Amino acid sequence: MSVITYRDAVSSVLREALDEDERVFLMGEDIGPYGGAFAVTKGFYERYGKHRIKDSPLAESVIVGAGVGAAMVGLRPVVELMTINFSLLAMDQIVNHAAKIRYMSGGQFSIPLIIRTVTGAGASVGATHSQSFEGMYASIPGLTVVTPATPRDVIGLFRSCRELNDPVMFVEHILLYGTRGDAPDTGDYRVPIGKADVRRTGKDITLCGYSRMANVAEQAAGILAQEGIEADVIDLRTLRPLDSETLVNSVKKTHRALMVEETTRIGGFAGELVSQIQEDAFDYLDAPVGRVAGAEVPMPYSYPLEMAAIPSADSVVAAARKLVNGS
Amino acid sequence: MLKAADVPDLTKDDLLGFYRQMKLIREFERESERQYTRGNIKGFLHVYNGEEAIAVGAINTLREDDYIVTHYRDHGQALARGIGSKEVMAELMGKATGCSNGKGGSMHLFSDELNFMGGYAIVGGQLCIAAGIALAVQYRGDDQVVLCFFGDGAVNEGEFHEAMNLAAIWNLPVIFFCEHNLYGMGASSKETLVMWDSLHEMAAAYGMDRYEVDGNDVLEVRDLMQKINADVRAGKGPAFVVARTYRLRGHSVADPADYRPDDEVQYWEGQDPIPRFRDWLTDEGIATVEDFDEIDASVDEEVVIAAEFGESSPWPEPEELYDGVYTDRPTEGIPT
Repeated sequence: MSVITYRDAVSSVLREALDEDERVFLMGEDIGPYGGAFAVTKGFYERYGKHRIKDSPLAESVIVGAGVGAAMVGLRPVVELMTINFSLLAMDQIVNHAAKIRYMSGGQFSIPLIIRTVTGAGASVGATHSQSFEGMYASIPGLTVVTPATPRDVIGLFRSCRELNDPVMFVEHILLYGTRGDAPDTGDYRVPIGKADVRRTGKDITLCGYSRMANVAEQAAGILAQEGIEADVIDLRTLRPLDSETLVNSVKKTHRALMVEETTRIGGFAGELVSQIQEDAFDYLDAPVGRVAGAEVPMPYSYPLEMAAIPSADSVVAAARKLVNGS
Repeated sequence: MLKAADVPDLTKDDLLGFYRQMKLIREFERESERQYTRGNIKGFLHVYNGEEAIAVGAINTLREDDYIVTHYRDHGQALARGIGSKEVMAELMGKATGCSNGKGGSMHLFSDELNFMGGYAIVGGQLCIAAGIALAVQYRGDDQVVLCFFGDGAVNEGEFHEAMNLAAIWNLPVIFFCEHNLYGMGASSKETLVMWDSLHEMAAAYGMDRYEVDGNDVLEVRDLMQKINADVRAGKGPAFVVARTYRLRGHSVADPADYRPDDEVQYWEGQDPIPRFRDWLTDEGIATVEDFDEIDASVDEEVVIAAEFGESSPWPEPEELYDGVYTDRPTEGIPT
């Protein structure tokens, strides 16, 4: 088993897609000779050429819209929005068109489009570049929203996404590109869409997160274990479709739950998770379902302020301890 | 104005076919307004009255494998492309037999079979999608063209500029066709669009071939589009066409359009493309009153049949509500 970085994992599945399927092309800002804002497509332009690695203008709406059009007639574009913050400039194409064309056309046209983008805070890039909108996209019927947190899940989920015939938001995390993990052993390794990963099992509390916050939750569980609190840690991996069954079953076992997410609490995706738990596991709960989420501020630039605005293992531990011990 | 000798490739049947399509669109829209008043059509209804020469003149120059992408005022283009009047009317009524199975409605007509890639109702978005279809054509090394319709209102959207630039810089086989009817909903383009009177020149900024045409003259539209299609198909890159025309009705059925000056309306009523073409066919000695009477009667009959088909068609079954959101899986949140 080899160890690879998250960045290598993304690069490898993109190369694999380009090598295996002529219908796949990449399109996005600075993915060409520059090699991608996060160096994911370094060397691609030289290897695959301009025909398949399309360096686009700074024009997010037409990057996604052209992907939608090409997908409607049978190609399988993988487009890149440099960060999820810029996806707001493409929301018309993502929400009004990509997500709805299949349904509105009575099923006549499918949109096998993968939109890769980068979410997350903690990179000292200020308020406009540190947002986490994946939960917002998860509210849109017609979209599939995937949030891998490990190199292994990047590979397994991307392969599964390629087998879908509908638009996907494949959401990578800005702080994870340099992280390392085991690579899958086989070329046919898949992670099913809509299947959460139980990272760790315990009887006292369920910690649930996605993307980098799943890693933070797992780290917190390690600390809690030293105090004698055993946590189930659930990495959702995909937000739509959501594996609420795994989450709810865990809560039925542990009777306590804490949701961890990076975006702001108000209107965040964790609110949906809490709702599903109370709908399906109300009678099993020994404490209110808790949330650790981003502070209700535009992300500050200054490092200590930014750290104070996003969940950490310590803040998760504190919240979990309170739910379990009552103080 | 062209003479019959200028269009030697068109037979009398072709020319009367154009007349019939234009007439069908007009009568179809009259019927759709009637059905709206009766409550059989709900929501928005944007009729195409006055712009028929554009859909008929432009779409009849396309090959079967070419692509059409259009705006929400899409009934005319759908009919001109050959989607059945029954299926369009049923779609307007939200019936299961509609061309989008009742899921799309008036603004979202689609036909996979006819490469009718949809009516789009968020103004400007369809230009980006058309650029993408053209990109696919280029990627495959094929020679189809993509014809993308929009109105003068769309020119003010950012997506117009993103799509124009991308198509030009990548030399994509797409024709951006602006139906310049002088209004974006209720606002005069004279007040909102700085280049309203020389709109085609906006494409100069993208180094794109650009044309202006009388959008109420079906043969002029056709003549120009034949030339442009050939150029675009030959790999000369995208083109921008502005057809000057006018909405003879309001923005939607709910709009009495009383913001329009009387003299402007009167002028354009005098430019109505259907009487103009009928007069031309008469003056050129191509058709007689009997020909027109026969066609008009068959159009009336077709529209009645379409309305009856729509009214008598079944609604989609309630269990179809969740069908078709995704290709390979049921959507989330289906009540159990």
